[in-house]
Amino acid sequence: MTDAGGTNSIPDYDSVVEGTELPEVRTRVSRADLIRYCGASGDFNVIHWNERSARSVGLPDVIAHGMLTMATAVRIVTDWTGDPSAVAEFAVRFSRPVPVPDDDEGSELVISARVAKKLPDSRVRVDIVARCGPDKVLSMARAVVVLP
Amino acid sequence: MALDPSFIGRTYPAAEVYEVGREKIREFADAIGDPNPVYRDRDAARTAGHPDVIAPPTFPIILTARMGEQVIFDPALGLDYTKVVHGQQRFVVTRPVRAGDRLTGVLTVDNIQSAAGNDLISTRVDVTTESGEPVVIAYSLLVARGTSVEGRS
Repeated sequence: MTDAGGTNSIPDYDSVVEGTELPEVRTRVSRADLIRYCGASGDFNVIHWNERSARSVGLPDVIAHGMLTMATAVRIVTDWTGDPSAVAEFAVRFSRPVPVPDDDEGSELVISARVAKKLPDSRVRVDIVARCGPDKVLSMARAVVVLP
Repeated sequence: MALDPSFIGRTYPAAEVYEVGREKIREFADAIGDPNPVYRDRDAARTAGHPDVIAPPTFPIILTARMGEQVIFDPALGLDYTKVVHGQQRFVVTRPVRAGDRLTGVLTVDNIQSAAGNDLISTRVDVTTESGEPVVIAYSLLVARGTSVEGRS
């Protein structure tokens, strides 16, 4: 996966304002990235590496693992906090597949997020949007984050 | 074919302990394209207050999905795995997974239902250390697309 960079500002609870946008995360996911994720995760479902199988079950192409999209999405939060252990809860619905074409570019994931609500006990809820082209590929993507 | 609803409420303990390796964490972090040093460098992890490198928030799916296979590959359930896609996922974290952890857990089938021609199965896995310390709870919804109605493509 190509890393388009992130920032490591460490927010603190008192100074965080609802509505604050987190720095965007952009990555590309290629067929090679899917194979690598198959190996690292142990998820070798054929729809993630075999175009013939993917099409035979009605998918448009080989699709990315939902968990790879989820891992990419939560990075917008962990890049923001610096310390990934700040993530207390993280939930997504996989609303649209991320088709990954057999070319050198792959597909681009664009992750945006904002502080939706300040919760008690130094926690904030961050709402995340993950796009692949015009499609929102996650819905109800939310993280609860503990801030210093 | 509809799934067998008698699976609702069944529990499955982990078949074996999952020992978290430092290089496995690095491999996983590389695969998700995340360069955060706390996944690779013990000193960076210690500076952040952890005893060893920690794993990315979605790392527990490695073992929770493996535990889920006990159910989803059970022929008696009737799930067509070739048509399965991941519908929802949620993690509720007590503490991050870290290198050296010896993890186990219990999978519970929370629900089975049909909706819009799809078969849905919801599971939760309560992941703990071998000594019973809570680590994370993983909730998963798997969807078998178009399997609930015969003949639907």
